[in-house]
Amino acid sequence: MGWLPIFKKEMRLYFGSPVAYAVATFFLFIAAFFFAPSFIQYAEFSMRSAMQPQMGQTLNATENILRPLTYNMAVVLLFFIPMLTMRLFAEEKRSGTMELLLTYPLRDGEVLAGKFLAALTLYALILALTLLYPITVAWFTKIEWGAVLTGYLGLLLIGGAFLAVGLFVSSTTENQIVAGFGTFGALLSLWLLGWFADSAQGALRTVVQQTAIIEHMDGFAKGVIDTKDLVYYLSVIAFALFLTLRSLDSKRWRG
Amino acid sequence: MIQADHLTKSYGPVTAIHDVSFNVDKGRIVGFLGPNGAGKSTTMKILACFMAASGGRATVAGFDVFSQSLEVRRRIGYLPENAPLYGDLPVAAYLDFVAEAKGVSRSLRRSKVADVMDRCSIADMQHRLIGKLSKGYRQRVGLAQALLGDPEVLILDEPTIGLDPRQITEIRALIKSLGGQHTVILSTHILPEVSMVCDSIIIINRGRIVAQGTQSELVQQVFPAARVEVEIGGPPAEVAQALKALPGVTSVEATVSGDGAARIVVESPRGRDVRGELTRLVAARGWELLELHKVGLSLEEVFMRVVAGEEHAPQIVESVQGTA
Repeated sequence: MGWLPIFKKEMRLYFGSPVAYAVATFFLFIAAFFFAPSFIQYAEFSMRSAMQPQMGQTLNATENILRPLTYNMAVVLLFFIPMLTMRLFAEEKRSGTMELLLTYPLRDGEVLAGKFLAALTLYALILALTLLYPITVAWFTKIEWGAVLTGYLGLLLIGGAFLAVGLFVSSTTENQIVAGFGTFGALLSLWLLGWFADSAQGALRTVVQQTAIIEHMDGFAKGVIDTKDLVYYLSVIAFALFLTLRSLDSKRWRG
Repeated sequence: MIQADHLTKSYGPVTAIHDVSFNVDKGRIVGFLGPNGAGKSTTMKILACFMAASGGRATVAGFDVFSQSLEVRRRIGYLPENAPLYGDLPVAAYLDFVAEAKGVSRSLRRSKVADVMDRCSIADMQHRLIGKLSKGYRQRVGLAQALLGDPEVLILDEPTIGLDPRQITEIRALIKSLGGQHTVILSTHILPEVSMVCDSIIIINRGRIVAQGTQSELVQQVFPAARVEVEIGGPPAEVAQALKALPGVTSVEATVSGDGAARIVVESPRGRDVRGELTRLVAARGWELLELHKVGLSLEEVFMRVVAGEEHAPQIVESVQGTA
């Protein structure tokens, strides 16, 4: 249970400072920016199709509004996750509180778990707020909740993977800004990998394609849970957290 | 309770401490004394399990600081240099977090936190953000978090730095009261603090222990001779001659004071008091005894001799180390 005090402390620091509120506002605003135009467009389109019934055959609220929204929110996470994680270790190292933290009777794994779960919880809370958009759509028309919630599961997983990478980067530096930009750079590289897949050949192409972090979002956005996507995100999380543990351990040796 | 065996730590090519060995018995308060950069903090970081040593080993309460670090960390309270704390948390909330992290059970937490706030007199600041507190209060919050969980061993790195004189007195009294049940190791460069608070002293310089023992042991090791300073009204050369001939006197050092009287420092073996013979001699010769006092050998002089003397007289240091 050693993770619990760390978890509580991090939540207190998130909500005790403007961080949680600023990040939540920013994320909801950007998500609304993607949601509102497609929602309005869809409404106009469905009105016109009431006069020309053959047009209505392609109308599907889940497919036309919510699937692009899921994908767009995943893109926004690239900018937004580094802000949640950059502080977590860098700040403790810079202010020296890390020295105290590591001399309390807590395992490194418990410290890490507390911090990761706190960031994940805050992220999940903010994500839950965006459920407002599918609910709005559901008020006017029928949507496929199964597909929508699968999309949210995907967002939770990709967010978790981003958070784990962010924690690792934060554990390697004392500077929050470096941690933030480093995380952004790392995530962007993982993202852009998909673009290079087209120019690669044979086996390399498959490897590059499967490593790109966004490729695995497609299935979830469509409402399909594929084991390979699930395994991909969980492995990224596990690997990044493992690297963070090693990074914490090395601190003890270097002093 | 605390045992360090040949501890060595290097940061890359820089050796911070070299072959540091000492022993602290249960319930004792030990002062770590040394100039800045001598390796005090490094030694404490190793004992507090924050850092691994490059060589040697250390045990706290019978547990190895490296291989049984979790057991050691359950038994220590650590105050790092400059008391690093979370500025965005209020005092009481912060201490509650520390109590929970140290495994204080839920039912006891509130009373334990109230207790340490009381002992460090910070209860009236408990709802303030730590970042808004003055240096003195922050230092006391740092001390309070070290005391939480009733650790057997306290490792305090410069606990009184940044406090005002009244607070220093309070904190010293608090630390002194911890002796007996707690084993305390504290570092400082305020010499009177060590004499007032500590049972024994370890002097460290440039990464090595140069002297250790109680204050009187240190004085004896470093200054084998007792000294008496006298001012005698009489012909200076003659007075010096006569004093030198006195039984028990090993050496005299004469200066002439402004009004023509002889001012002389007389050395004799420790434990041999020559003051009686000296006054009788002065009276017999018909001189005037204007002043007579023992030159107290303070820790300051010991420290200066051991630390500053290291470059000039390495043989002194060697002999001190041998007897320590």
